[in-house]
Amino acid sequence: MSKYLVDKFLYTVDRDPDLVERYREDPAGTVTWWEAERANCVLNCHLGEASTWLKFTDAERDALISQDHVKLFELGAHPFLTLTLFIAMFERDNTEPLEYQKAFGARLQHFDLPYPDIAT
Amino acid sequence: MATVVAVIASTHHPFYLKASTATGDERPPFADEWVRKITAFRETLTRANPDVLVMVGSDHFHQLWLDNMPQFLVGKAPFYDANWYNEEREFGLPRMFFTGNEDLSGYVLREGIDRGFDLAFSNELRIDHSITCPIITLRPEADLPIVPIYTNIFAPPLPRPKRFVQLGEAIREIVEAWPSDLRVAIIGTGHLSLELGGPRQFGPHGPDPEFDRKAVEWIANGDVDGCLGEVTLDSLHAPGNATHGFMDFMLMMGVAGAGQKADYVDSLDLFHTMEAYFTWYPNGVNA
Repeated sequence: MSKYLVDKFLYTVDRDPDLVERYREDPAGTVTWWEAERANCVLNCHLGEASTWLKFTDAERDALISQDHVKLFELGAHPFLTLTLFIAMFERDNTEPLEYQKAFGARLQHFDLPYPDIAT
Repeated sequence: MATVVAVIASTHHPFYLKASTATGDERPPFADEWVRKITAFRETLTRANPDVLVMVGSDHFHQLWLDNMPQFLVGKAPFYDANWYNEEREFGLPRMFFTGNEDLSGYVLREGIDRGFDLAFSNELRIDHSITCPIITLRPEADLPIVPIYTNIFAPPLPRPKRFVQLGEAIREIVEAWPSDLRVAIIGTGHLSLELGGPRQFGPHGPDPEFDRKAVEWIANGDVDGCLGEVTLDSLHAPGNATHGFMDFMLMMGVAGAGQKADYVDSLDLFHTMEAYFTWYPNGVNA
């Protein structure tokens, strides 16, 4: 499990307008590029001081590539990060207010308490 | 010594600005009532005539991240830029700019650390909607210097509820001991029951109206013991997966003081979450 890295992907994409569009249009390419080029960047450090050990599990990589927010919830990704990024990518397709937000919740209806652990 | 002229606890609903300024078909049916309630709530701060605002909130994964996450952090900077691209994108919040009060920030840090709170600090802090929302609702002129204090209600492991209450008590004591003749309002925002990114989000009400009813009662009555008797880190999962933000309300109960009934209480049942507004005048309304 590398919940931290999944959260890091969601966080770094969500805060960058260009990456939000890139992930929406090309999820597989963006995830592959990000894991190779960005996953090990320590956010507050010079690029030469990158980490060496961070990588997704296959399940995490697949969930991000398929933009499967239900699977991300199951894997313990931070739900605030997932929700914020996915609203950014898909709310624009709404035909009525809150349509995407409500559908997002409806797709998670099979989860009961306790929800998957989000501690990193 | 400084005077605490008002203690204010509030929800921070990022859609207030958008709802309150929308017109025509875009204007939600609840907007007029919401504006009326906010206008009345704003008056509770205005009448206290503060010089400085201590603002308690929580960074929503903007500047504070999991590679270096403080539990409690005090901003100590001459200025603060505010609001982020994703808040502009999702909520329509504008970029904002505030002056700081470094003297009070430094005093809170020194005294807080000496009282056993190992406070983190930031000399360059871009603040987010947990602090700008109450500025928009309570002081839209954004003309007063601020001291931002961030709590971690977001990234486990979290401090326990009692620690939030204790920090609130300490903040009150520290501000009252600050060698200054300024009038200080202490304002903090959190949530009642709330679900974000889970199955119970964006319902017709908050995810747990019964929790909300009890929470409003605890806060309004200053019932710190009753609240601490029922609220734990584990119990807060039940009312909604983002309900740990309620601990910022508990911090504000500590600021107001155990047993202190709020002088002003209001709430508004909205879709997705309940709004709640509380004001205390520790030294009387005419202090």
